[in-house]
Amino acid sequence: MKSATLTNGRFYRRKAMNFFMNSLAWASALMAVTPVLLIFFYTVGKGASYIDLDFFTHMPRPVGEPGGGMANAILGTLILLGLGSVVGLPIGILAGIYLAEFGRNKFGEVVRFMTDVLSGVPSIVVGVVAYTLVVLPMKQFSALAGGVALGILMIPTVTRTSEEMIRLVPDSYREAGLALGIPQWKTTLRIVLRTAFTGITTGVLLAMARIAGETAPLLFTALGNRFWSTAIDQPIASLPVFIYDYAKAPFEDWNNQAWAAALVLIFMISILSFTIRFVTRSRFQND
Amino acid sequence: MPTKSIVLSLFLTFSGLSYAQTQLNGAGATFPYVLYSKWFDVYKQKTGVQFNYQSIGSGGGIKQIIEGTVDFGATDGPMKDEQLAETSKKQGVDVLHIPTVLGAVVVTYNLPQLGAGLKLTPETLAGIFLGEVTKWNDRRIASTNPGKNLSDQTIIVAHRSDGSGTSFIFTDYLSKVSKQWETKVGRGTSVRWPTGLGAKGNEGVAGLVKQTEGSIGYVELAYAVKNHLPYAWMKNKAGEFIEPTLESVSAAAAGAAKDMPEDFRVSITNADGKSSYPISGFTWLLVYKKNRDKSKGEALVNFLKWAMADGQSYASDLLYAPLPKEVIKLVEVRVQSIK
Amino acid sequence: MEEETIVENPRSQEQTGDVVSVGSDLLSGVTDKRRVRKYNLGDLLFKNLTVLFAVVVLMLVLLMAFEMYDGSKLSFQEFGTGFVTSSSWDPVEEDYGALPFMYGTIVSSLLALLIALPLSVGVAIFLSELAPSWVERPVSFMVELLAGVPSIVYGLWGIFVLVPWIRKTVEPFLSDHLGFLPLFRGAPYGFGMLAAGMILAVMILPIIASISRDVLRSVPRLQREAALAIGATQWETTRIVLRDSRSGILGATMLGLGRAIGETMAVTMVIGNRPEISFSLFDPGYTMASVIANEFTEATTEMYINALIEVAFILFVITIVVNMLARLLVWSATRKWK
Repeated sequence: MKSATLTNGRFYRRKAMNFFMNSLAWASALMAVTPVLLIFFYTVGKGASYIDLDFFTHMPRPVGEPGGGMANAILGTLILLGLGSVVGLPIGILAGIYLAEFGRNKFGEVVRFMTDVLSGVPSIVVGVVAYTLVVLPMKQFSALAGGVALGILMIPTVTRTSEEMIRLVPDSYREAGLALGIPQWKTTLRIVLRTAFTGITTGVLLAMARIAGETAPLLFTALGNRFWSTAIDQPIASLPVFIYDYAKAPFEDWNNQAWAAALVLIFMISILSFTIRFVTRSRFQND
Repeated sequence: MPTKSIVLSLFLTFSGLSYAQTQLNGAGATFPYVLYSKWFDVYKQKTGVQFNYQSIGSGGGIKQIIEGTVDFGATDGPMKDEQLAETSKKQGVDVLHIPTVLGAVVVTYNLPQLGAGLKLTPETLAGIFLGEVTKWNDRRIASTNPGKNLSDQTIIVAHRSDGSGTSFIFTDYLSKVSKQWETKVGRGTSVRWPTGLGAKGNEGVAGLVKQTEGSIGYVELAYAVKNHLPYAWMKNKAGEFIEPTLESVSAAAAGAAKDMPEDFRVSITNADGKSSYPISGFTWLLVYKKNRDKSKGEALVNFLKWAMADGQSYASDLLYAPLPKEVIKLVEVRVQSIK
Repeated sequence: MEEETIVENPRSQEQTGDVVSVGSDLLSGVTDKRRVRKYNLGDLLFKNLTVLFAVVVLMLVLLMAFEMYDGSKLSFQEFGTGFVTSSSWDPVEEDYGALPFMYGTIVSSLLALLIALPLSVGVAIFLSELAPSWVERPVSFMVELLAGVPSIVYGLWGIFVLVPWIRKTVEPFLSDHLGFLPLFRGAPYGFGMLAAGMILAVMILPIIASISRDVLRSVPRLQREAALAIGATQWETTRIVLRDSRSGILGATMLGLGRAIGETMAVTMVIGNRPEISFSLFDPGYTMASVIANEFTEATTEMYINALIEVAFILFVITIVVNMLARLLVWSATRKWK
């Protein structure tokens, strides 16, 4: 009798504990979702009303004068993404091919380790290095310097996803190619890479989404530009740097434009993320 | 470094691709940014020549002109002799200081119940920024502001986190009026602040003060007025409380204008004169005597001539004091030597 | 001939040696000599090209380390180890010490972990053990969205939403109720260590949560079924799963820490940028990353720039160590069940 109540009591205690801990997990999920909702709520709430045609087609106005847009910064961000890709993709993809196809040795391990090291390097440090390597010898802040910094930041993501995706290609594909008398390099390029193409694209898009909002490495490389500029040997405007400048400024109109720019930036990154989802989905359907 | 030469050759290949367009890049002081961005906007519409100016702070302007990464710099704290020597050594050319306008550094605050026109003595101001005066109802503040509504709110000091000419003018002034400040902190574009919050740029300090009740900071007059922030009247050398206005800044410059040094590097803080506002200063463009590229040199000369003539008329609207006539004449002569 | 093919083809040697060498046998049998030579040359070129780019990645990291070592020599000679123990940062006197920045980086990151870790583990448990799939999908998606928001947007949100909220609500509340602790003293600036810690917490939460979720999921179903079969409650089962995932979650935490340590923009915008060591979380601070962001373009003297690059170097080394530990832990944790 006594022991029955005891086990009963323990049973209820265990039940209560179970309920309590599960509720905590639900609560933390709720708390994790809250900032997402808050950030999106504020960005849309504060930014949306300042996005109009002018925002995409006009240039920034002089300090303190309301109006104007960020056409040059939007273009600049796209150019920087392009330059970053030109620098980062060849290195990333080819290093990825090496790791997947030839990298099962000591040297491969070292490269893999260094790629991981690179992915942990803070972006501000990459900015410092790009300044000493590109800006100082060129004696010029430039879009190119910004592209180099962003490209370096893309490499680890691209390398590791390329490696993994190429690894996923079944060996029977390679053997089939070789059996037909196709040289290995052609097999890799024409058969293996083609099969892994969507996977590698995902990696590339992921890397682009990661660097699209990078600000710190641009501060001392691409600097900024208040004019329309497409020259890659000149300083160039970018949305993140504009957000930074406009957010800390005391001018209300600038603050509002910072929110609008943040909204546009998030929208651009979302497009990249949705493309990733689309690409990965169609890949699984093919399989 | 072999890598550097690789990068350089890469650059040479790429630079052929970018189409020709006269663009000069500059960076530096945030103090005159309001005016400069107006100037460069107007000038671009007038002539098509782009002066891309980034307000990264005076320290940044000096640094980048030393490293030769910009075509022109801007500062409100003159370069030191060592810095000028270093530039000559690194870039093989001399740097000129070209004064463009004058401005006031105003002590701005966020104290809604107080309204405009707080009156401060130099000693109290130094005390606040040294962290010795910590409450708004401190006796030293109250004594010069009888009848004002001062609560026991904590004073939140805001200063620059970046290297700043505004900071230079401000600390130069405090060093002149307070022995303690001079020994403990000193003057410079970046100093070790005894107390307070750091914010980047004049924009940042004005933004911080605007956001934070009970705060006090120092910004260029234009930033305070444009943001409807109140600012303090300062007791000057002659013992008068002076409101920072274009007239009181010009008054401070009057002495210096008559006795301008050859290289234009002059401090006008704590100036003589009954109506002089004591925390005023020139702001300079830093240009190379000989430019990398002949067309850039010409563009600079043309622009500087325009700035001395038409450009000066934009100053007052934006709350900068135009240069005294004598100084303009000197500058116009000096500009001719730029190549 | 065969010998050569295999040497050219280390992958086949190690991974699928048998099959490919059979293929090569066939190949050498059916192709004429010219064809074989071409095959070797093309492969050689292609392989060496990929090797070259792999070397580029390697060199890049070494170059970065070298550039920072080279760029900080002056201050290293001048201050030696005193650089990391001195808390003076005085550009006028040219006296530099990195302690306040290291302190700021460590405290803001630890504070972020303190807030984010329990939450992330809760989220991971929720996603992997509890949530029905119609809730799990959207919550997972939102957590991933959180990871995709750029740092600068967090900073923007920090300045205009988080900091005013901290100044008006959080700090007065904390100083009223917990003001006896030295942690919660001082004027409510809003900008400061607390704001930095909170914004970092939001930023690292998705990283820790999503990796922990994967680690939890990698625990075999059998473990759970065994526990449930002997009558364990859901929570007791989860505890067993958690115990098995400890090192993986620790690894996820370290990855989050690595991100927090290197985070620049959002922190710079809310921490108050003041090189001082203060125990109160209300007080402004400074981190290694923010001091570089703020002062790098304008460090006017050689010593100043050297000191800043040395800060960057220290930051570089710290993040590498933290990341390596993290990867080792995650790797060993997910490997356990394979």
